[in-house]
Amino acid sequence: MQVVSTDVAIIGGGGAGLRAAIAIAESAPELNVTLVSKVVPMRSHTVAAEGGSAGVTTEVDTLDMHFHDTVAGGDWLCDQDVVDYFVSRCTEEMIQLEHWGCPWSRQSDGHTSVRNFGGMSTARTWFAADKTGFHMLHTLFQTSMKYPAISRLDEYFACDLLVEDGRCQGLLAIEVATGDFVRVESRAVIMATGGAGRVFRQNTNAGILTGDGMGMAYRHGVSLRDMEFVQYHPTTLPGSGILITEGCRGEGGYLTNKDGNRYLQDYALGPVVTEPTPKTMELGPRDRLSQAFWHEQQKGRTITTPLGPAVHLELMHLGQRKLTERLPFIMELSKTFLGIDAAKQAIPVCPSVHYTMGGIAADGTTATALPGLYACGECSSVGIHGANRLGSNSLAELAVFGKLAGENAAAFAREQSPTTSSSLQSAADAAEARALAILARQDGSERLASVRDEMTQTMSDGIGIYRTADGMQATCDVLDGLVDRLAHVQLDDSNRAFNTEWLAAIELGFSLDVARAMAYSALNRRESRGAHVRLDEYDERDDHQFLKHTLATYEADAPPRIAYSGVNITRLPPAERVYGAAATATGDAANA
Amino acid sequence: MPDRREIDIEVMRYNPETDSEPYIQSFRVPFDEDTSVLMGLQYIKDHLDGSLTFRWSCRMAVCGSCGKMVNGVPKLSCKAFLRDYYPGKLRIEPLEHFPIVRDLAVDQTDFLEKLEAVKPWIIRKDEKPLSEGTYLQTPEEVSSYLQFSSCINCLLCYSACPQYGLDNSFTGPAALSLLHRYNADSRDEGKSERMPLVNSEEGVWGCTLVGYCSEVCPKQVDPAAAVNRGKVNSTMDYFLRFLTPRGGVDS
Repeated sequence: MQVVSTDVAIIGGGGAGLRAAIAIAESAPELNVTLVSKVVPMRSHTVAAEGGSAGVTTEVDTLDMHFHDTVAGGDWLCDQDVVDYFVSRCTEEMIQLEHWGCPWSRQSDGHTSVRNFGGMSTARTWFAADKTGFHMLHTLFQTSMKYPAISRLDEYFACDLLVEDGRCQGLLAIEVATGDFVRVESRAVIMATGGAGRVFRQNTNAGILTGDGMGMAYRHGVSLRDMEFVQYHPTTLPGSGILITEGCRGEGGYLTNKDGNRYLQDYALGPVVTEPTPKTMELGPRDRLSQAFWHEQQKGRTITTPLGPAVHLELMHLGQRKLTERLPFIMELSKTFLGIDAAKQAIPVCPSVHYTMGGIAADGTTATALPGLYACGECSSVGIHGANRLGSNSLAELAVFGKLAGENAAAFAREQSPTTSSSLQSAADAAEARALAILARQDGSERLASVRDEMTQTMSDGIGIYRTADGMQATCDVLDGLVDRLAHVQLDDSNRAFNTEWLAAIELGFSLDVARAMAYSALNRRESRGAHVRLDEYDERDDHQFLKHTLATYEADAPPRIAYSGVNITRLPPAERVYGAAATATGDAANA
Repeated sequence: MPDRREIDIEVMRYNPETDSEPYIQSFRVPFDEDTSVLMGLQYIKDHLDGSLTFRWSCRMAVCGSCGKMVNGVPKLSCKAFLRDYYPGKLRIEPLEHFPIVRDLAVDQTDFLEKLEAVKPWIIRKDEKPLSEGTYLQTPEEVSSYLQFSSCINCLLCYSACPQYGLDNSFTGPAALSLLHRYNADSRDEGKSERMPLVNSEEGVWGCTLVGYCSEVCPKQVDPAAAVNRGKVNSTMDYFLRFLTPRGGVDS
């Protein structure tokens, strides 16, 4: 087995992983960094983020307002000390990206622009038209090339962590092109593998978002935290789930039902306004907007499309010029995937799974409970999103916490003695044998796509926008059964070189573990909060019992063990979440 | 589905472990109005032959993973639709001018090396501290490079480029576009470090003005325009070298 020795290994080459790599190269230039990614970094899903990235800049904005919006938006399940750290670093990171060349959209005087976003009390979302993630990712990727200390293993599939003497000391990876195994030995590992939206049937995520990093850490005893909080983005294309940015609404787009009514006024988000107004109507938070869609569907007021029910996202009144300048990608997507001109016709949209608020449990410094393992970006739960993430906080998160993970992992790595190969070799050999057993199986009876499709279907059925005990229990039962069926998958492809069917089978193992953590965490949260809303007797928020983080711990084939931990509330006590007129009345919109 | 039809998809196959050369295999695939070429390939992999190998990821034309030759034309397979080929058939082959790794997956290493060679990052003599805020850049200044920064590195332009096909030492359309993107950025001061590559045989002068790269670009980057501006810069650079002691650029 080939061995690569490095100081810090990073798994995942999206925004968080690249930001971490650069932070190490800048803060500890004597250290070597190895960036391991199953796709070439610029293919990572940060590329598909559209609307923007938060950072307080305007004269009317304050860090307190960003803090308040984030904590209230997360339905008070945020760790407030970590939110404070986050909001105080966002703007500096946006400026750093600007210095590295990110083409932020500008005002006529040359300063960067900000736009309105859902649940934010003022315009604070930096944007590069509607390709913000694309530009951030390519800026980070291209900038990373100037640091000789960063070496990359592009298209190397990480399949396990190597843990020895109670600390994480590397990983095992498969070189995709050849199928050869590589043992990466390191003094610290940063997990930056993104989300797990692919465990659901209809989602906005790329095919690579299979929860690998979450699954790897989880199997080594690190808890997955708050996994029941899965964000349904309210505006995506029916069928495919392709994202239609919240920036459309930030720029003034309307959502209308089949009668042409701006139905959000019926869900405590009014009054009806014609201009984008913070926390009002279409600029409510994503959980509330997706819930409103569900109610419209129940009332028979959605539009029927060949690919499912939808409402209309109207951009026509914004005018061709603004659409071309601010939302060119949305115009392109509408043309390509719907054959329509969004300047002349409404876009049919519906909610799809978009984001995992939870993830690998990490503290506010990105450290996990496993010494030597750090986590940042969507795969992590550092505590800032609570029960519902606000749009544009995730791109900011990957920059702020990617940098922090890099600096802290580098500091940790400096303190460690070099890894001894012999102790890691047996762990790597065992992991290799497990991966090869999938390939060698000859008596399997299950087709990979069938197991995958049944998982995604039961997750969409049971862990939806609204949930019931019966529905969640049924999903848990189906998932439990799929664990055994996955062990009987028979691959068509027994080759080693570029065997994407084999890699997909390993991915599905991670996905299934992550799905079970989500479903059991949801079943056990007997209240409604943020994106976890129940239709049964637990339809209210219950701070007395559940102002707590859920911790799901891996129990191999048995269901996860569910426990709870405290939420760090420093200065904003739990209160009712209010939007629309109520927010204005209480001063919440401007956070007086 | 109301309009469920079937189409024949011929796919080039090549397995380095068992095949001495590529061959064509045909599959019959159901489709409807919304089925992309990528979804057709996914149908084959899920239901007919799990060993069919191809790259894909975002399926919304921004990650740049899924480029293929579709009936001889370089396309993003997520952005091409089976309905547009029916009732004819499709032949899907790996992107031209790159070594095949397996089936439809090609080796992208050459492009990644070329990308790095153009120094695709902001180069400055003095870095402004973050505490002093952003650099100012008017919308007009942004527009001088924005289009070239929109390249998704999908490599379709390399498959379209006859020059790269003849001699792959040519830096090629995407990397030259990104080179120009940084040279044209008002924040950048690194032009003098990039001009030797622009001026070299592998640089803009390798281009023979066919323009097919811009035609196939799925993001309207117009690499041919970037290369042409590179030629203007290179010519200026050549003449200015006689007129100024330090050479032409940045003066």
